[in-house]
Amino acid sequence: MIIGLDVGGTHTDVVLLDKDGLVRDIKVTTDEADLFHTVLSGIEQISRHIKPRAIERIVLSTTLTTNAIVQGNMPDIGMIVLSGPGIDPEAFRTHEHYYVVGGAIDHRGREITPVDFDCLKHVTKKLKDSGIRHVGVVGKFSARNPIHEQKVRDALKRSFRRVFLGHWVSGSLNFPRRIATTFLNASVYSTHKKFFKAVRATLEDRGLHIPIHILKADGGTMIFDASIKHPGQTILSGPAASVMGAIPFSDKTEEAIVLDIGGTTTDIGIIINQGPVLEPVGIELAGYKTLIRALKTYSVGLGGDSAVKVVDGRLEIGPERMGPAMAFGGPAPTTTDALRVLGKINDGDLEKAATGIKGLAEHLGISVTEMASQVYSTFCSEVLRYAQMLVDNINSKPFYTVREYWEGYTIKPNRILVLGGPAKSFADELQRISKIPTTVVPKWGVANAIGAAFARTTCEVTLFADTQRGILTAPEEDFFERIDSSFSREDAERKTLKLLKRKALGRGASRHDLETEILESSQFNMVRGFSAAGRNIRIKAQVKPGLIHGYEVISRRLMDETGL
Amino acid sequence: MLRAKRKTGLIFFPAFDWAIDPTHPEREERLLYTQDQAMEEGLFDIEGLVEFKSDLVSEKDVRRVHFCVPDVASVMTESHFISAGSAKRMGVAVVTGEVEKGFAIVRPPGHHAKRVVHGARGFCNVNIEAIMIEYLRTFHGIRRVAIVDTDCHHGDGSQDIYWHDPDTLFISMHQDGRTLYPGSGFPEEMGGPNAAGRTLNIPLPPGTSEEGFLYVLENVVLPVLDEFKPDIIINSAGQDNHYTDPLTDMNFSAQGYARLTELLKPDIAVLEGGYSIEGALPYVNIGIVLAMAGIDYSKVREPDYDPESIRQSEDISRRIRQVCDEVTDIWQRRYDITRERQEGKEYEERVNRIFYDTDGIYETQHETVRICRECAGALRIDSSSDRGNRIMAVHIPKNACEQCKTAGFRWYEQAEPSLYRKIYLQNRPDDEFVEKVP
Repeated sequence: MIIGLDVGGTHTDVVLLDKDGLVRDIKVTTDEADLFHTVLSGIEQISRHIKPRAIERIVLSTTLTTNAIVQGNMPDIGMIVLSGPGIDPEAFRTHEHYYVVGGAIDHRGREITPVDFDCLKHVTKKLKDSGIRHVGVVGKFSARNPIHEQKVRDALKRSFRRVFLGHWVSGSLNFPRRIATTFLNASVYSTHKKFFKAVRATLEDRGLHIPIHILKADGGTMIFDASIKHPGQTILSGPAASVMGAIPFSDKTEEAIVLDIGGTTTDIGIIINQGPVLEPVGIELAGYKTLIRALKTYSVGLGGDSAVKVVDGRLEIGPERMGPAMAFGGPAPTTTDALRVLGKINDGDLEKAATGIKGLAEHLGISVTEMASQVYSTFCSEVLRYAQMLVDNINSKPFYTVREYWEGYTIKPNRILVLGGPAKSFADELQRISKIPTTVVPKWGVANAIGAAFARTTCEVTLFADTQRGILTAPEEDFFERIDSSFSREDAERKTLKLLKRKALGRGASRHDLETEILESSQFNMVRGFSAAGRNIRIKAQVKPGLIHGYEVISRRLMDETGL
Repeated sequence: MLRAKRKTGLIFFPAFDWAIDPTHPEREERLLYTQDQAMEEGLFDIEGLVEFKSDLVSEKDVRRVHFCVPDVASVMTESHFISAGSAKRMGVAVVTGEVEKGFAIVRPPGHHAKRVVHGARGFCNVNIEAIMIEYLRTFHGIRRVAIVDTDCHHGDGSQDIYWHDPDTLFISMHQDGRTLYPGSGFPEEMGGPNAAGRTLNIPLPPGTSEEGFLYVLENVVLPVLDEFKPDIIINSAGQDNHYTDPLTDMNFSAQGYARLTELLKPDIAVLEGGYSIEGALPYVNIGIVLAMAGIDYSKVREPDYDPESIRQSEDISRRIRQVCDEVTDIWQRRYDITRERQEGKEYEERVNRIFYDTDGIYETQHETVRICRECAGALRIDSSSDRGNRIMAVHIPKNACEQCKTAGFRWYEQAEPSLYRKIYLQNRPDDEFVEKVP
């Protein structure tokens, strides 16, 4: 059996699945101040009366690291950056304890200036004097050659408890993002480690001796041991869980918009041919632009509990939430109150809901029902407007080759998949306005937790070959080899896939779920002085975000049960 | 956090799958390291720097500028349509106010492409700046345009296209034509009889360094721009004046290019040449982008940059001062020169012999322009190439007067069909292009 758990802002959804389908699902109230308790009580309630040995897999999606970053609740760490020619590295300062040390590598990974160890010594002392124990070290072009970062790490090893290196975070080029990502990894490390160690200890006490999978922003999982180096990858897993939860219910030929309508926000994502669309570079959180792989999602402050107001004769929904709907004793009218008035839902106090909507209707001089209808359709058109913005954003991605231009298709969504608590009430209106067939995902209230439960382990590998210099490297994987001039792009692709499989298995993937894909493969003839000097080869491959082997049976059952 | 002082658009189209041939300087690899540097610097994350998607030009956009022999499709590849389209997209973004400034880092380049196109010359097939400019003139009410060409090679294509147009100021600073392709670009090439002094050529001695380029800018280019008062300034931003460029002999640097851009304040920059793909382009392109956007570029320098070692000699400085004085004199006397050259003439003729070095084609043109005090003058070109293609091209300029329109239509009607493979009419006032195949 599989447990999937997704912590949301208001509720934490937990599901238990077996080969026949959904065994049970529960919701527990999220206590932001004590997530540990929230998670444990969720696991405990869902697994009550289940033999520990029957549970084979557990996947957790939490808001732990996201909250720490958004609230700035992070211990002080040190950052050391080695820049070369280019933008002044002072522009990328993360916080007070940020130091620039001499040393430079160029775009092909060649050393331009050696590390300034005298300066480093001086910086080390300053950091130690400030009581800092964790340090991030990032060099420009370290994704091409990490030698400077490694040398600095060796020099720092004895002075600090843990050193985080920039080239671990990604094979992609982007120095400022590498700095921000390393900073976040070093900053949330303690919180993350402490939390999951405690979860693991508690589960082991209860006889659950299985690796804990943690959901990442890219809709894939990694096991706890692998997450220690990359805790930042666990941010913003919530929207990813929603998108993964919708995948089983989209068709192979579809381009689908996923809408997870919650209490305060609606998360929007895109699925093409059953695969989620990813951010081209990395996700942004609390002003930090990172290299963290993530699904392309957008959260808009529109939900069931969004406060509804009339300002200057115009209807405004959200983004703030003042409390629950008036129908449930809240202080201000909300979207949910409009649903209640229209009879789209039957829970909650109709009279209180109507009172709230009436207050708005009077401002506009219309009837209560008309007002409720307006709230209802405005909510849906707003959500669709943001969804269209996301689609436009994906479609405006630049292309760099003639081939990409001719291949470059644009997304034209032909399905909307809705999940989240009030999903069912909105589907018809969303379909009416958008004229796109709209489906409510089975078990819409907990589909996100089902998505987490089914998510497979994902990862990415970037390989770089330079036959003129005779080097083959994947710095992120600590992989370095000498090659000769006959090394080809095909060799490079083969090597990349081999490294990728090894990495995926190390991060907790099952052999059945290694659906790999070459994302980029380019080869450039390097010409010096009008004759060929070598080849410059770049390969990027991933384990595609998707669902684990065997999910199809379970999702088919879910569909049958709900009569879809 | 980094923020652009001026909202700046970028289009990056490195055409990673297009080359003239595998070892040609204009090959796939050319912008690879520029892309690496731009990505590593996180350029596209800077607030106020907006990356635009490349676009295409239509054949109609091309025909607004060129007479392609035998037709547009034969002289352009997909890459040219995208490169020109990207320049056009950047121009539109700037004139419509989507961004304040724009830089199209694209290839293939265009400034050696002249009005009549039989093939490729100087790695160029069509003039991407001119295609953009004529588009903006047709749809966005732009009239007065200044092109400042800072490529190391003389921008002879742009010069040819705007030779007769008093509304386009073309200034080229480049390595002396006696020492470099295409061998032209001397001060006495100052435009046709209807637009004398609206073409200004500033040939610079080999070895010219930062000091020299900035001297030319401050003493000729900026004062002339001030007086000309263009609606927009276009920079044909070639980067082969760099001290590491393999095809040229100049001593310019990334810091110098950035400073030049900062002083010139172009509205739109379009990449032209530049073939030091590792030692120069990554740094020069970043420098130009930052300077356009108003972001500190003081640390953008080549790993081996040493201003002392590339300093120009006093002799070079003296020669530069001399040529600047000469060009300034032409500019100041432009109306007198125009009057003198128009005096007592109804038409002026010239013969142009053009070699297409990239494709190995020889072309001979007999050009006739109507002397006109009100517009750029109707233009007729009788062109034949050693491939056996002879064509007649008639151009009626955008703001043509009635007489020039009549003259243009008459030329087109009366051309002797048996002599030509094709007869073309570029009717700019009506934005029409027609052709006859006898």
